[in-house]
Amino acid sequence: MSAVVEQAAQTAPDPRDRARRRARRSVTLGVGLTLVGLVVLVAAVSFVWLPHSPSDTSGGRLQGPSGAHWLGTDVFGRDLTTKLMIGARIALAVGVGAVVIGAIIGITIGMLAAFASRWLDDTISAVLDIIIAFPVLLLAMLIVAAQGASLGTAILAIGLAMSAVVARLTRVLAKRVLAQQYVTAARTSGTSWAGIVGRHVLPNIWPTLGVNLALQFGVAVLAEASLSYLGLGAPPPNASWGRLLQEAQGTVAVAPVGAIAPGVALVVLVVGVNLVADGLRDVADPTRRRSR
Amino acid sequence: MTSYLLRRTAFLLVSLLLAMVVLFFLLRVLPGDPANALLSASATPEQIKAAQEQVGSNLPLPEQFANWFGSLLTLNLGQSFISSLPVGPEIASRLAVTLPLTLLSFVLALVLALPIGFVAAWKADRWYGLVLSAFSQLGIAVPVFWVGILLVDAFAVDLRWFPSGGFPRDDWADPAAALQSLALPVITIAIVMSASIARYVRSATLDVIGSDYLRNARALGSGFGRAMWRHGLRNGAVPIISVLGIELATTFLGAVVVESVFTLPGLGSMLLTAIQQHDYPDIQGILFVSTLLVLIVGFLADIAQRLIDPRLRQSISGNR
Amino acid sequence: MILDIQGLRVSARDGSALVDGVSFRLDAGERLSLIGESGSGKSLTSFAITGLLPEGLRASGSVELAGVQVIGAKERTLVPLRGRTASTVFQEPLTALDPLMRLGAQVAEPLRRHLGLRGAALRDAVRAALEEVRLPDPERIARAYPHEISGGQRQRVAIAAALACRPRLLIADEPTTALDVTVQADILALLDSLVAERGMALLFVSHDLAVVSKLTERAIVLRAGRVVEENTIERILTAPADPYTAELVRSARELDAALEVP
Repeated sequence: MSAVVEQAAQTAPDPRDRARRRARRSVTLGVGLTLVGLVVLVAAVSFVWLPHSPSDTSGGRLQGPSGAHWLGTDVFGRDLTTKLMIGARIALAVGVGAVVIGAIIGITIGMLAAFASRWLDDTISAVLDIIIAFPVLLLAMLIVAAQGASLGTAILAIGLAMSAVVARLTRVLAKRVLAQQYVTAARTSGTSWAGIVGRHVLPNIWPTLGVNLALQFGVAVLAEASLSYLGLGAPPPNASWGRLLQEAQGTVAVAPVGAIAPGVALVVLVVGVNLVADGLRDVADPTRRRSR
Repeated sequence: MTSYLLRRTAFLLVSLLLAMVVLFFLLRVLPGDPANALLSASATPEQIKAAQEQVGSNLPLPEQFANWFGSLLTLNLGQSFISSLPVGPEIASRLAVTLPLTLLSFVLALVLALPIGFVAAWKADRWYGLVLSAFSQLGIAVPVFWVGILLVDAFAVDLRWFPSGGFPRDDWADPAAALQSLALPVITIAIVMSASIARYVRSATLDVIGSDYLRNARALGSGFGRAMWRHGLRNGAVPIISVLGIELATTFLGAVVVESVFTLPGLGSMLLTAIQQHDYPDIQGILFVSTLLVLIVGFLADIAQRLIDPRLRQSISGNR
Repeated sequence: MILDIQGLRVSARDGSALVDGVSFRLDAGERLSLIGESGSGKSLTSFAITGLLPEGLRASGSVELAGVQVIGAKERTLVPLRGRTASTVFQEPLTALDPLMRLGAQVAEPLRRHLGLRGAALRDAVRAALEEVRLPDPERIARAYPHEISGGQRQRVAIAAALACRPRLLIADEPTTALDVTVQADILALLDSLVAERGMALLFVSHDLAVVSKLTERAIVLRAGRVVEENTIERILTAPADPYTAELVRSARELDAALEVP
């Protein structure tokens, strides 16, 4: 029987099909990584070099793009390119910070819920569902309003709000793994709970969870942009792209670049991260139908 | 079905109660005594004590909650710390702006998303299918307020087709003027939401097109279009309806943000002001109303799903 | 001749051939099996007959169904043939039936389309169709949803819908593979008697030699999209010409032998 199966497998059309799919996958992943890499590059460069000092207001107010000021100046005469580059740092800090916080808290709570007794688990998931009913932004707004607007607070607030979503997903995934037979087998052969988590649960939930966290990165960046736009975000010198848009809104007719560039930057970063997430999803589960 | 409705309604009320407890304590946990909102920086101890009494913040927390909840049951949402205006009527008049804004945006988003998602799936290998998919990708990456800013610049400032902001002072007395003020905000929100919903429509359509029941129906003589209509529509609607509740909540949130762009006197701007001023009654009242709305939407979505999908109604006696 | 296939080739998007040069004929009332492992192209061949290949696959060659050329034909040419000239029963009835629609309505669909029945006449025809597949209590079944009945019953309903308009050719694509073993024999017996009663041609697709030998006398063995042997079942079992076929037979016998009590 094995010879027959081997032969059939060898001549089956799969290998070419799979290769094609891998190529397609890498386009999504590749483009995404390029876009994100672009932003990372700009942020990295900003630590070493900036076209002008961020507080230099000598450029003349609301100038258009020129040789000295590639994207023009803002209403106070500050160089827009400089502000944009600093904004890249902030956006990445927000994304990474919020996701890390959300992941640590969310995964912990989710795991607890998955392993907990029925009563505790039900309570936790009820509370989670309620928190999730509130959009991330609303919760973040409340927390920031209480603590005062700063970068740290914004990151903390978004991360906390996000942890509920991460917790719920972790719980669902972990429970699914725990219900599998190989876990029961591992338990009966004496593996400790810690071992179960490390050897079976985490590796199995990591792909889906990782993709979700990548998507949350984009959510966090957009949430912070909204917070800043509403005046609840970090003030300069930690001005994010959202804040730049809020500042430019009043003068959009006179100096459109100021209202366009930060928005484009946001789109580039978030699209990039989403494409990376999609690409990772295809890599993690190649049997999935391509949903691009 | 009736027993399910009763259970679900009970669940809704319990959720509402639980949510309010969580929010109430969350707010109180914030640093700063609520009474501070009433005081100036140089308040005397007597003034502080009087303010605390007025606000009730010197009482133990559970008692504060009981008081607030008690007045809630009589539909009294309290009074604003800042303006002393009753919270309830203020919210009602703000809802007169935010609710139409949310609903109109949602409907427009659906009207756009359904064909976009469908064609993106049906013609996934043609260029226009790919373009529509790209639109969805971009649409979910774009900040809604940025779209608002750009649209204001293009259509209100440059072309002067619409007002760049504000809402008629006499609300809906002149519906045409009110709608004109809402036009750009509605379009703004709808563009972003349609991109999001289109993704779900696309996914559901792809599932339907590749499904066994569609192939079976065609194998027995139904044309593609007819089979999609008779089988695809209902089956495709199931996963879409399950996310529509969340999407509506997100639309509501988009409205809150967009109200800032267009200076609309809606719930969003009220919330923003209340947050900045630590006006607890206002904040609580708004959160209560929004929670209630969100939970009701979830309730309706659940009911709709059960109506469409008989598998969810499976009785214990069904044999397999 | 109800079915005439010459040099059928089904290629994937990248050009690779999933079915390559398959040819066979089927006369009215004749029975033929397509045997093969997964990936042999047997299902694709059967789909190609009614022009229902999955997206992205292209068929070339010649497939004549009751004299109508299927390859390259427009949808509107093929639609009247499906369910009426040739009908298909698929492997998994749970997914082949619309989970949100009552079974009676699903059986009624081809009856309404092809025979134009309505109202009471339609209801009677549905009932008759369900009775013909030996379903007890057809009224209850007609009102039920797919998830409310057993797998065997579901497949009977699917067969009822497929045979409702008296097709001349029945294509059965692994119709018992997804069913419990105890139910398989019943369904096969049902198919056998219905096909015989109505004098239909039968194209039976399967990987299971034992199942196939119960229903048909002739078989074609497919491997990697190509025909490797065409013969009577008896010959295939006793004197297979191709080494691959021999291997298939040997494995099937091994499984069987495991059941023999020494």
